[in-house]
Amino acid sequence: MAEITLQDIIKPENQVYVKTKLMTDKNLSYCPGCGHGTAHRLIMEVVEELGQENDAIGIAPVGCSVLAYEFMNVDMQEAAHGRAPALATAVKRLWPNKLVFSYQGDGDLAAIGTAETIHACNRGEQIVMVFINNGIYGMTGGQMAPTTLPGMKTSTSPYGRDLQSMGNPLKMTELVAQLPGTYYVTRQAVHTPSAVRKAKRCIRKAFQNQLDGKPGVSFIEIVSNCNSGWKMEPVASNIWMEENMFPYYELGDLKVDGQLVEKK
Amino acid sequence: MGELRLMKGNEALAEAAIRAGVDGYFGYPITPQSEVIEYLMAEKPFERTGMVVLQAESEVASINMLYGGGGTGKKVMTSSSSPGISLMQEGLSYMAGAEIPCVVANVVRGGPGLGDIQPAQSDYFQSVKGGGHGDYRLPVLAPASVQEMSDFVPLSFDLAFKYRTPVLIVSDGLIGQMMEKVELFDTIPRLTDEEVIARYPWATNGKPKGKERRILTSLDLDPHKLEKHNFHLQDKYKQIREEEVRYEMIDCDDADYIIIAYGSSARISQKTLQLAREEGIKVGLLRPITLWPFPKQPIDDLVNKGVKGFLSVEMSAGQMVEDIRLTVRERTKVEHFGRYGGVIHSPEEVLEALKNKIIGD
Amino acid sequence: MTEEIIIAGFGGQGVLSMGKILAYSGIMQDQEVSWFPAYGPEMRGGTANVTVIVSDERISSPTLTAYDTAVILNQQSMDKFEEAVKPGGVLIYDPNGISHHPTRKDIKIYKIEGAKIAAQMGNTKIFNMVVLGGYLQVKPIVKLENVIRGLKKSLHERYHKLIPLNEDAITMGMKNVVEVK
Repeated sequence: MAEITLQDIIKPENQVYVKTKLMTDKNLSYCPGCGHGTAHRLIMEVVEELGQENDAIGIAPVGCSVLAYEFMNVDMQEAAHGRAPALATAVKRLWPNKLVFSYQGDGDLAAIGTAETIHACNRGEQIVMVFINNGIYGMTGGQMAPTTLPGMKTSTSPYGRDLQSMGNPLKMTELVAQLPGTYYVTRQAVHTPSAVRKAKRCIRKAFQNQLDGKPGVSFIEIVSNCNSGWKMEPVASNIWMEENMFPYYELGDLKVDGQLVEKK
Repeated sequence: MGELRLMKGNEALAEAAIRAGVDGYFGYPITPQSEVIEYLMAEKPFERTGMVVLQAESEVASINMLYGGGGTGKKVMTSSSSPGISLMQEGLSYMAGAEIPCVVANVVRGGPGLGDIQPAQSDYFQSVKGGGHGDYRLPVLAPASVQEMSDFVPLSFDLAFKYRTPVLIVSDGLIGQMMEKVELFDTIPRLTDEEVIARYPWATNGKPKGKERRILTSLDLDPHKLEKHNFHLQDKYKQIREEEVRYEMIDCDDADYIIIAYGSSARISQKTLQLAREEGIKVGLLRPITLWPFPKQPIDDLVNKGVKGFLSVEMSAGQMVEDIRLTVRERTKVEHFGRYGGVIHSPEEVLEALKNKIIGD
Repeated sequence: MTEEIIIAGFGGQGVLSMGKILAYSGIMQDQEVSWFPAYGPEMRGGTANVTVIVSDERISSPTLTAYDTAVILNQQSMDKFEEAVKPGGVLIYDPNGISHHPTRKDIKIYKIEGAKIAAQMGNTKIFNMVVLGGYLQVKPIVKLENVIRGLKKSLHERYHKLIPLNEDAITMGMKNVVEVK
């Protein structure tokens, strides 16, 4: 039997996965094991599959994903910290036929930009908002986020988050689900193949809502890990996330087609 | 001759926005300029021209809506008053960096802090020196009448798109609240989406087929690249300094003394000119229309002509006077007079100050 | 010709709209006009005043400290503005509610029973038009026909049916203004 070379393997007919052309060839700036890259890819795959490459306009945040515009290969604007929903509001109102989305982390969406988040959701802007929640400020080196869990250690809560002096973790997704301006609200994860598949279906649903002119915001929280910030190996961080983040930030749909989902 | 109306400055600004073909107004109420958004909401320009009008949750949101909307090549505008404009400085800095056009009108009131709601001109420094963080300047137009509140809207948009920069219209509670006769210009149709796409290839309104996508950002983590971007911005500001200075001169030809004043103070000082001439004192008025770029050349010319002194009249503790001093460079006398904190100086007080501070000794 | 006027009274008396109609009348006969109100908290239930300038020339300062004419409709305004009338100028006031009548000798003083006449005409809202009539009798700076045109411009069409009533009020004011000697 002839020896199989690398060139024999990388033939098109052997490919099981092709990177979407809506992701640029730039190396991702994310730590190995981080969920951001997967979330970026899912969004761009959905935009491509929906044939919206020339009509999508994305808004990047400040935080770890500040350079999202380097990786997502569509027209992009870089917002000031927390203001992505304001940018997206105007873009969609001035270009109602375009597909508009914002991408924000927990500090951006749930701390400094809380007002913009709540009011864009409350007005029922016809946009997709993607919210990556890893319970920590990754880019600035692991400080406490509004979503940091009780007792969780960060560089600004070195003895653990003390609820009495530091306040409680903020469940933004539950909050926005209560507003009449949200049409679809869900919380997903991207740490296992099945979670990724499910998250992609949700992202697709969110974008489809906008294309179909459904009234209001489609809001997707992705609970993610931050192995660097949490100071863990990637695999360990995923296990820690399942054991600690998911009980607090329960996965699943909170609102579908404008109706709150009843808890079983 | 366009349509004649009696309007408040704030209303004229709002009507001019509709007629200038503005695509979106995003604002938050604050005295003394709330008539702008009230007028727009009552006038329903979404039915007249298709213009979007949205009351935002804050001035912070308003300016960032301008970032988003302006970034797609649409004509966007907001208005506010001093405290609200302070909140917008972050957004203006980002837009200067990302080179996004927009028009922001400031109907200035007394400060600092919450101050009061009466007319003032104490936002001069904030307007002409950048305002937010980083090395940037914004063109600043200072209307002195209700007519100019209207006329400067299309002019500001011309500058905003020519130079891809936010442009400020800086008036005050007096110009905003008073009514005068205004001749309205004919409506300029809004650009169609196709025209916007063709005209502004930098705008992020959906990646054109077969072409590169566009990014609008003020971030560059490579200091050398960011320096290069700053060189580009500085070149642009140099061109604006050379080409966009605007001013008006009244009775300067035979004048021994010159009052330099803009906006409301220029109006008040015009009365001082009359009073002074009745007493045989030859005073002229130089009215900067662009506060940045500042009209240095005419001041220089007046110094060379042998003018005996300049009085800067501002409703502030003395801000523009610093730019005048930088131009005059101690070749002749430069003093400041102005009431502030919302107090409007009278023409008589200005004359008194001219006599005491400039003519006196 | 330049006429510099202060109109001052309580909020709700129609001080600002009287000024506005006067300014519009000026525009109707191709004059320059300005209208600058005192605005802010002092308007709410308290005093209201507006400076109106009508001129054949470009108007300089829209705010003033001395006036050709003061139209005064309450005591606070009398206290504040009697002294602000230029020597040789005119003060017109409604004596209703005035306890300290004007005392200056170097100006001309007129009385107009605006509130009383408006009540007699059965509509207190036309009070300001009665006062405007009194003013125009003393200072005919704009023609009555231009005032009517100004009214049409400043009133919404649905109120145009009220124009004849306003015209009557102005006429009544013109007839009933009296000089105080």
